[in-house]
Amino acid sequence: MSHPLLKVNRLAKAYGAIQAVGGVSFEVQAGEIFGVIGPNGSGKTTLFNSMLGQIKPDTGAIELNGKDISNASPLQLNHMGVGRTFQTLQVFGKMTVRDNLIVAAQEHQGTSFNRLFAAPDAGLGTRADAMLAQFNISHVADYMAGTLSYGQQKLVDIAMAFMSQPALVLLDEPCAGVNPSLVASLRDLLKDLNAKQQANGEKCSFVVIEHNMDFVMSLCHRVMVMVEGKVLAIGRPEDIMANTAVLDAYLGH
Amino acid sequence: MNTHTNKHLSKYQLALAAIALAVLLLAPMGLKKYGVYLLSYWMLFVIATMGLNLVLGYAGQKSLGHAAFMGIGAYGVALMQAQGVSFWLALPLAMVACFAVGWLVGYPALRVQMHYLAFATLGFNEVLMLVIRNEEWLTGGTFGINNITRPAGFTSDNGFYYLILAFTLGICALLYLFLRSPWGRAFTALRDNPLRAESLGINIQRYTLTAFAVGAAIAGLSGGLLAGLVNFIEPIQFGAQQSIMMYLMVVIGGSGYFLGPVLGAAIGVVLPEWLRDFQGWYLVVFGAAVIALMVWLPGGLLSIPQTLKDKKAAKAANEARAAHAARLQAEQEATNAGVQA
Repeated sequence: MSHPLLKVNRLAKAYGAIQAVGGVSFEVQAGEIFGVIGPNGSGKTTLFNSMLGQIKPDTGAIELNGKDISNASPLQLNHMGVGRTFQTLQVFGKMTVRDNLIVAAQEHQGTSFNRLFAAPDAGLGTRADAMLAQFNISHVADYMAGTLSYGQQKLVDIAMAFMSQPALVLLDEPCAGVNPSLVASLRDLLKDLNAKQQANGEKCSFVVIEHNMDFVMSLCHRVMVMVEGKVLAIGRPEDIMANTAVLDAYLGH
Repeated sequence: MNTHTNKHLSKYQLALAAIALAVLLLAPMGLKKYGVYLLSYWMLFVIATMGLNLVLGYAGQKSLGHAAFMGIGAYGVALMQAQGVSFWLALPLAMVACFAVGWLVGYPALRVQMHYLAFATLGFNEVLMLVIRNEEWLTGGTFGINNITRPAGFTSDNGFYYLILAFTLGICALLYLFLRSPWGRAFTALRDNPLRAESLGINIQRYTLTAFAVGAAIAGLSGGLLAGLVNFIEPIQFGAQQSIMMYLMVVIGGSGYFLGPVLGAAIGVVLPEWLRDFQGWYLVVFGAAVIALMVWLPGGLLSIPQTLKDKKAAKAANEARAAHAARLQAEQEATNAGVQA
């Protein structure tokens, strides 16, 4: 019996009288890029925070590979194979770019005791170099991350989420604050990464929350539209774009 | 701030270390009794503050109870020796005791952060002082413990100096390897941005608790050696004031810099001696110096070269970025020209 990689079932969360998320269900398959869009206040962030162990949902379940993760802490989630990025930049400014990538995966290398005697790069040098190349940041590998431009730091930030070879990566508004030309190359990088992962047989699913329509529609395999805490539609980008209910509710036609 | 990220020591650094080692090895021959004592005393505080630097500078936990662990080490070694236990067994046992107490105190205390942790550890220090002061049958109360013996072979002042030197170098080497391992990187990460560190699987509680307990054990080592150095211990040596003094040593030298404690302890130990002529005023002068330093140099003395290096690196990064952008633009123009042709 095979499970979907991620299964969210009737998830609900209320803040007082406000039902932020009111019974949301969806599934994400292994290797899929899944987009979540919706106007401000539609419950995207609450949904995301529940999946990331930062808030506890009132009812409903979240399953990763058939295992309930609704009560897992952010630390536990990471060790179960869930990577994430934040809306704001969260790189370690006082470390080199390469060290940022290594630290993003080293806790998955053996036990804490083993790591006491491990090589300084924790055996991750090759993987870090491959990831640097994948994100076109090899030329700044030895710079302190804090000295890079915003766009480059954003790439480091996103590359870090993939370093531990997670099964699922949650990308929280990856385009926020990024200039339009980099948005396009970021999309190409992510698509390319996904294709390479598929080819290698290591299927990693991405869930992307984003306001930038072009980005979501050109990156994702499927898109979910949320309005007022509920799912309005789930489907392929071209179907979502043609859906009149979505156009009415979200695009304000 | 990132000493451990320098994977290898440069030739320049190795030469400097060799000179420093030679000076330390030869120093007792050119110094009088008091000079040897002062150097020994300084090295004990290098050991202790290196342990505190692990807690404060690397794990980012503001602990004001470090002297308490020195006290446990000193009283532990003195009391065990009085019962006929060998110094060589008493010292590691005292360190293990400090590690265990550090773990037990740290477990609840590290749940609170920042100044709350400072208060909690300060409180622990005071409680321990009260116990030592009041349990006269065991600790001698305010009279302290006299005639603490040194281990055979190291009874002379110079002999004990070399013993302390060996321990100082050993602790330096162990800490260097510790911080160069992936653990050091995890510490830098969790101090820099705990939220992100946790999302990358770094178990902050385990790392900070380990740092706290290891720091406590190192303070215990320093305390055990101190008992042998001064032959006489009393509660006041391990009070909150001593904890604050060690905190200042770490901060002045440069918290989070591997060699910060070497400089900080030198200032903390030697400066009061020099300022002794000012008598009661020395604390005022010392306090004013610390405040001035914190205003103009919050990263401590060792942050000066690092700041210069960072500026240089930022400049280099800017130039590389500009060059990269120029190259991209040139490529773009070449492509456009190709399309037009």
